[in-house]
Amino acid sequence: MNPAPDHLSCAEFQARLAEMIGSGANVAAHPHIQQCELCRAFLADLEAIAQAARELFPAVEPPDDLWENIETAIKKGK
Amino acid sequence: MARAQAGDHQAFAQLYSLHKRRIYSLCLRMVGNIAEAEDLTQEAFLQLHRKIATFRGDSAFSTWLHRLAINVVLMQLRKKGLSLISLDEAMEPTPEEGPGRSFGAPDLTLTGAIDRLALERAVADLPAGYRLIFILHDVEGFEHNEIASMLDCSIGNSKSQLHKARLKLRDALRKHLPQEAQP
Repeated sequence: MNPAPDHLSCAEFQARLAEMIGSGANVAAHPHIQQCELCRAFLADLEAIAQAARELFPAVEPPDDLWENIETAIKKGK
Repeated sequence: MARAQAGDHQAFAQLYSLHKRRIYSLCLRMVGNIAEAEDLTQEAFLQLHRKIATFRGDSAFSTWLHRLAINVVLMQLRKKGLSLISLDEAMEPTPEEGPGRSFGAPDLTLTGAIDRLALERAVADLPAGYRLIFILHDVEGFEHNEIASMLDCSIGNSKSQLHKARLKLRDALRKHLPQEAQP
């Protein structure tokens, strides 16, 4: 039997996170998170990365000759 | 649209002009390599040329083309042997790394301090499977059920892979923290 979840060390809790998230568990409500500032900061880091991702990768133009390649391939295919 | 569907080359060229930026950017994000992104963009528009007559207008054309391009990229990644499960196994921590290497510490949080260029570099360096899920979910905004269906994996797998991708990114970003903030 697993130890009570609130007795998990930070290492154990963080090692289990992927599995917990995959199973759909509400990680924010986990007893360890409720009690542990360090793991709350850890989760906040991951959330900050997800937030920053939305600003990532502005759209870029493909090179001008790409259309010529596509046109050539279309003509060959006909 | 109707003209392009009827085989009008000029109309198809116009569709290319309208959508090239979005499709090329998507391919570049997903594969992280300019030459491959160009090849995949070309393949996506060639497939569009072959399939455009089948577009029925059930969804917006841009959404339909977006999905078509994602499928082109996924097909290419599968040809190259991308397997989410094998990547997952490959990412098990080695004894030197240890499971606790990426602990959060209250004085080292990244919130508000994420450098965009560093994050872009870290995303480009992610293993292909992790990058794919991160881009599809966190950048492109797909839900886990949509990703699971696209990648033919379980929703749980998509969620746990996304978590691991963010974890890898956090590790990479912490390496770029100013020296005085290092543990």
